[in-house]
Amino acid sequence: MGPGGIASGGGEVLSAFETLLKQSNLSAEIKDRCSTHKVGCLGMCSMDVLVDLFIDGKKTTYQKVNAGMVQRIIDEHIIQGAPIAEWITDEEYDNFYSKQIKVVLSDCGVVDPESLASYVANGGYKATDKVLKTMSPVEVTDVMTKSGLRGRGGAGFPTGLKWETCRKVPSSQKYIICNADEGDPGAFMDRAVLEGNPHAVIEGMLIGAYAIGADKGYVYVRAEYPLAVERLSQAIKEATAKGFLGKNIMNTGFNFSIKLKLGAGAFVCGEETALIASIEGQRGMPRPKPPFPVFSGLWGKPTVINNVETLANIAYIITKGAEWYASYGTEKSKGTKVFALTGKVKNTGLIEVPMGITLREIIYDIGGGIEGGKALKAVQTGGPSGGCIPASMLDINVDYESLAKVGSIVGSGGMIVLDEDNCMVNIAKYFLAFTQLESCGKCVPCRIGTKRLLEILERITKGLGREGDIELLERLSKDIKSASLCGLGQTAPNPVLSTLNYFRDEYEAHIRDKKCPAKVCKDLLTYSILEAVCTGCGACKRACPSAAISGDKKKPHKLNADLCVRCGACFDVCKFKSVTKE
Amino acid sequence: MNVIFTTMHEQLTDLLVRFRESEGNLITLLQDTQEVFGYVPQEAVYWYANELDVPASRFFGIATFYAQFHLKPRGKNIVTACCGTACHVRGAERLVNAVKRELKLEEDQDTTEDRLITVEKLACLGTCSLAPVVIINGKMFGKATTDILTREIRSLKKEAKKDE
Repeated sequence: MGPGGIASGGGEVLSAFETLLKQSNLSAEIKDRCSTHKVGCLGMCSMDVLVDLFIDGKKTTYQKVNAGMVQRIIDEHIIQGAPIAEWITDEEYDNFYSKQIKVVLSDCGVVDPESLASYVANGGYKATDKVLKTMSPVEVTDVMTKSGLRGRGGAGFPTGLKWETCRKVPSSQKYIICNADEGDPGAFMDRAVLEGNPHAVIEGMLIGAYAIGADKGYVYVRAEYPLAVERLSQAIKEATAKGFLGKNIMNTGFNFSIKLKLGAGAFVCGEETALIASIEGQRGMPRPKPPFPVFSGLWGKPTVINNVETLANIAYIITKGAEWYASYGTEKSKGTKVFALTGKVKNTGLIEVPMGITLREIIYDIGGGIEGGKALKAVQTGGPSGGCIPASMLDINVDYESLAKVGSIVGSGGMIVLDEDNCMVNIAKYFLAFTQLESCGKCVPCRIGTKRLLEILERITKGLGREGDIELLERLSKDIKSASLCGLGQTAPNPVLSTLNYFRDEYEAHIRDKKCPAKVCKDLLTYSILEAVCTGCGACKRACPSAAISGDKKKPHKLNADLCVRCGACFDVCKFKSVTKE
Repeated sequence: MNVIFTTMHEQLTDLLVRFRESEGNLITLLQDTQEVFGYVPQEAVYWYANELDVPASRFFGIATFYAQFHLKPRGKNIVTACCGTACHVRGAERLVNAVKRELKLEEDQDTTEDRLITVEKLACLGTCSLAPVVIINGKMFGKATTDILTREIRSLKKEAKKDE
């Protein structure tokens, strides 16, 4: 796959297979899920490296493979035909996939992302052929409207309506932009699609361009995703060489070319007007809307901006039909959505589920429950613009409307599971620190408001919270939401509001009792050494930067709370769990 | 004109030629500049400003707006800690503090005085399933612990001593 597999040693596993197979004079089709060359991410990153073995069409999947295991797999399975039972994926692996429905990710892990031929062999560019040769632009936008597809970047604006509006604007020059500036911390859906199936994104742009009447497209992609950039630029080059991009595509007289633009690290550039400014070479600052980009966008021309995942859906909808797509999901939220399931859940990875699935199904059936038998506290969705859904609301349906009702959003698809060891005030502070840093500074409510919000949260987590702070947070949040210029400021207070709503008692414990119930906020902790457990190894004494720990070798040590700076170094190094914090 | 300046002048001229050919914008020019020098030197900005007749403030405005650009040279070795949400809830902050402690860096300091190591934070690398993630000189460490990082940093220091 992508980064997860590479970091877990996917490259070494692949080359081990290659060299050992050569030695044994066998020819086998190597299809390694985790190679940098063969296929993209298959989703279950916690079991990396995953290896699929096809023998006479029968698939066997091995999990957590390392290079040392390769020889035995070849000897016993490939040569003697006896699979190694203890290394094969278990029930957990099947559960992870059984509730998922793959549309966008259906070809990720099947096609070779670095080969146009592989994409075409899997039915790629058939949708383009159908659109360019048999459909009018109006028919294309009609299909999109009927499918019910909504923007997967976060706001959920109906794609068909966006295209239809832009199509109607008279202009000799229009643009389509693919927003691949996946900035939400804790989200990696777009990256997986770009790395696993870049041609699907190109095809989506091509069809979109035809529908609105654009002949130029841009992909604005994060520079932090080097592999995605590499695969995408190769895909564009190859598609151009083979005539899927460029002049007179498929002899239909339709022209379309794509340029790649690298983002330079600014979260606000995920906002449409800021993204446009950045492509134009300026500071990425949003401007007031209207005029919306579909009327006046890049260089003042009508522009459609779609998210990666949205575009990757297009070709499948054209090929299989709007009714097929709309058969998944709920009444107002159609189709499937990709989520990045991470945090304190057992099976972390990339999942694609039909809209309307319950949160409980995602976390317990697909995710396999909470790691280490701990208690689930909340699920954070929608990144810095979203909110926290408490464990008591697990049966909620995951769709645009239901999540909005409880104060969160679907957003781009980050889903971070929090357990009893996470402090909700700390989580709110974390997101505020992020949005405050990323605020572009153009409008006052966002620039100064987020700063003040963060200061209050910092005060609370340091044990300096005051009565009235909670009310002040609420009032300030409301003002920032209603007065900010763009989506960043309008949603920045959401993490504060939703944690205040469901975990007010934690805020109160910080402010009134000066305690952090989850034992996270370091200024509210006291460290001590359990003399009964301490073996006197001296590791904590050596690690302590402030000489707060004393004691003779092999005798229980003592911690002087007056000297302690609460860095946690002793807690980290103690192998006997004799350092406690409370 | 000394030798260093001559080569820098050549490099800048080269970059400017490429910029004009590719019809790029100021952001791509600065990105290319950083790729060559490892940071954006002030001299380069003033030189471009003069050549292109664009105020230097436009360049600095962009360079300070985007997180990617560095106006100061960085250390020989780069330690990048991902501080995305998944990494945060799995203790990224503790890792950063441990690394800084090991390098004796103050809270607002990110490069050691001998310019051997720079410690940086990044919003999200998108490898959340491996959280917490730390990258040392391009090599990714998933499920990183303070032990692993301290070991890696000590070996970097040892190597530097060997080179001396």
